[in-house]
Amino acid sequence: MKARNIHQFIGFGILRLCVFMVLSALFVILFDIFSKGHQSVSWEFISAMPRKGMTEGGIFPAIVGTFFVTVITAVLSIPMGMGCAVYLHEYAKDGWVTRLIRMSIRNLSGVPSIVYGLFGVVLFVQLLRLDTSILSAGLTLGLMTLPWTITASEEALKNVPQSYRDASLALGATKWQTVRTNVLPYAVPGMLTGTILGLSRAAGETAPILFTGAAFYLPFLPKSLSDQFMALPYHLYIMATQHHAIDKVRPLAYGTALVLIVLVFLMNFTAVIVRYKLRKVKME
Amino acid sequence: MQSLVLPKRKSSWISNSLKEKLIHGFFFLNGILSVLVLLGIFALLLLTAIPAFREVNIFSFLFGLDWNPTSYVKEVYGIVPMLVSTFMVTLGALVIAVPIGIGTAAYLSDVANPRVREIVKPVVEILAGIPSVVIGFLGIVLLGPIIAKVFNIHNGLNALNGSILLAVMALPTIISITEDALKNVPVSYESASLALGATKWQTVIKVKIPAALSGIIAATMLGMGRAIGETMTVLMATGCAPAMPESFLGPVRTLTSSIAIELGEVAYNTTHYYALFALGLVLFILTFIINLISDIYLHKFEKVNR
Amino acid sequence: MIGKKTLSLLIAFLMLFSAKAHADMLQIKGSDTLINLVQALSEQYMQKNPGSYIAVTGGGSGTGVAALINNKCDIANASRLMKAKEIEQALNNNVKVNRIVIALDGLSVIVNADNPLFRLTMGEIGKIFRGEVTNWSEVGGENMPITLYGRQSNSGTFVFFRDAVLKGDYSQKMNRMNGNAQIVAAIKQDKSGIGYVGVGYVKNATGLTVLKVAANPKADYASPLNSADVKSGKYPISRPLNQYINGTPTEKIRDFIEYELSPTGQRIVEEEGFFPISEEYKKFNEKAGF
Repeated sequence: MKARNIHQFIGFGILRLCVFMVLSALFVILFDIFSKGHQSVSWEFISAMPRKGMTEGGIFPAIVGTFFVTVITAVLSIPMGMGCAVYLHEYAKDGWVTRLIRMSIRNLSGVPSIVYGLFGVVLFVQLLRLDTSILSAGLTLGLMTLPWTITASEEALKNVPQSYRDASLALGATKWQTVRTNVLPYAVPGMLTGTILGLSRAAGETAPILFTGAAFYLPFLPKSLSDQFMALPYHLYIMATQHHAIDKVRPLAYGTALVLIVLVFLMNFTAVIVRYKLRKVKME
Repeated sequence: MQSLVLPKRKSSWISNSLKEKLIHGFFFLNGILSVLVLLGIFALLLLTAIPAFREVNIFSFLFGLDWNPTSYVKEVYGIVPMLVSTFMVTLGALVIAVPIGIGTAAYLSDVANPRVREIVKPVVEILAGIPSVVIGFLGIVLLGPIIAKVFNIHNGLNALNGSILLAVMALPTIISITEDALKNVPVSYESASLALGATKWQTVIKVKIPAALSGIIAATMLGMGRAIGETMTVLMATGCAPAMPESFLGPVRTLTSSIAIELGEVAYNTTHYYALFALGLVLFILTFIINLISDIYLHKFEKVNR
Repeated sequence: MIGKKTLSLLIAFLMLFSAKAHADMLQIKGSDTLINLVQALSEQYMQKNPGSYIAVTGGGSGTGVAALINNKCDIANASRLMKAKEIEQALNNNVKVNRIVIALDGLSVIVNADNPLFRLTMGEIGKIFRGEVTNWSEVGGENMPITLYGRQSNSGTFVFFRDAVLKGDYSQKMNRMNGNAQIVAAIKQDKSGIGYVGVGYVKNATGLTVLKVAANPKADYASPLNSADVKSGKYPISRPLNQYINGTPTEKIRDFIEYELSPTGQRIVEEEGFFPISEEYKKFNEKAGF
């Protein structure tokens, strides 16, 4: 073998090692959580209230809380994100305003989540007097997911062939008629898929809800949107670092981590299903 | 195409052209919203941070070596230890993540056969989807004890721990953008290099990576932004002593974790509260600058390869 | 049409805003030292009074006090006193604080069981935690560097220990742990470590030594495990564990606090490892209306 072939052999070996490290990182994470978490997870764990200062019982209120917050997040971020994407892709002309909007979106996606949390404390909790509540936390997360929703929705709009629009416009349809009948129906599956992926990230976020509504422990389920709530990621944080008997609740923390990961994966899976189903409906 | 049918014109109380304009306006409002949110974040952070400087000297804030807002003797607000902590952890993360990220991206774009790529790409996406609090948790229960054992120290919650975790979190960003950059290098570069007798490896290292450099820099900057702004992992895994960090094996406390630790314990509208918003403002400006730089490089890259 | 649908959705949505649920629930927040105790008290209380809701959460005295100032809880648990500045901030928010003492704590200084040291004076402890003494040999121990374990600044124990023992700032190198249990766990592992925790966390603990402490080099050494010494003040780092409320308590709050101070409540205090309130504090509580 020539020297340069040996070089190539070693070089590719190094690249393979890099890939191996990435793969093993994921493997280690999933293996550790699943192997140590599955004993704690039972029907009772998912469906019961925490007991004895959260050293026993389940995480039901945390699951419910995360669900409610994610719904609020979706209510804010889906329509606005889609609206913004439609504007950018269908209406906007290239100009400084459009460039400004695009720059803002890119920067918003880079704003640290804890900064969104600070923003939520001032705007929602204090100025709008929503107090620490599901609503404040959900809206904060909604703003955080906005740039992701916009980007995903625009991607979906890009995938609708230009000919669809041209044909409709040529037939004398107005812009809005064209968008409504010939663009959106084809773009919505992609939009939803991207949005659900964004929501799954929001559901796993902790920093923005730390001070906008997540509660350490509540002995009941939230009854309205102005209640505080327990949330899965925050609960994991509490169980891992703040609880007064950390060693004792470690198995519960593992169980919580497992449920959180499974929830996030389920949402990703739903996104794929949604895309598949809606596509099929449209084709018929 | 069945749905390419125009809706019947309905008699309506507003003319069609007005309706079109209103709808256009509605979407424009949606579009401009992101600008408003960004400005809003900046404005509210600034307004809430400013009152802190009624009592805290801005120079001692920016250059002070001690942060002790609940001191017995005298409250001091100096952010240098946090800045140093933040940069240490971020730098450590990049040192780990950038080579591995570039290596993985190069493998995916130039070496892997399609089947391997089909497996690796979703894995990278899954990695990106794991909540940061779970990664932080593993920093405590898994990585911490390992570090303590390897370096024979009592406590594995330190800057190194945070760096490794942040590297894992920054990897997906770095990999996907670097891979895009490598793929967008014109094919002619590659064929020319191969035609001159270079091996595939030489082509990747000497031609493609240099050609994609601005994309790779953009990827690094984005990974850096992600690492600087990450809260939960560093909060959980780095020990969080407020002293000036001494080594990677000692505890550090970043800007983000300081906000997370202290915001829960302050009364609203006190100097300490305002000071925490000043920290948020510093964080916002830092990540803003980093995003701007990565934007510039990304543009450069797009221009070169157009 | 879309408009109608959106409208009805919006209305349904707004209806969810209606009055807060569980307005009659008691929110108790604060000290990590007190959390086990108050949690136990509230669980017993809820068993006795079905239909009553009490949510007890930790986060540290600072968190509880901040919540009381911001009018976000009914009772703040605090293992320290509220500062004058905090009381003033509360007044600005129309919160008039009222203090009740529910138990006594002998704050314990602990070291690893392998550390031969068994006693220190207040002065020595202060020097160690201020970072002026950094080797065990300087206080009569082995030649081994000292590793400090303390709490985050939101902890009442952090503040009390600083104000009562250090009378200065902690060494910035002290490891800031999140709770009493974490300090206990760290000390068990770290031969060079020293930490401070509420006595309730060390009564039955193994693998560590609870140091005897003397107020000054001439005074007698006393242990926080001896309840008589804590009550009499012979053990120098004893402290009252407090609850703060806003103004005149509602019926629900009053009923719960009276339960805490009752013989049954005080028995639970002892079961959880703390000490019942002394005559002096009983009189103090009477003045506060209990």
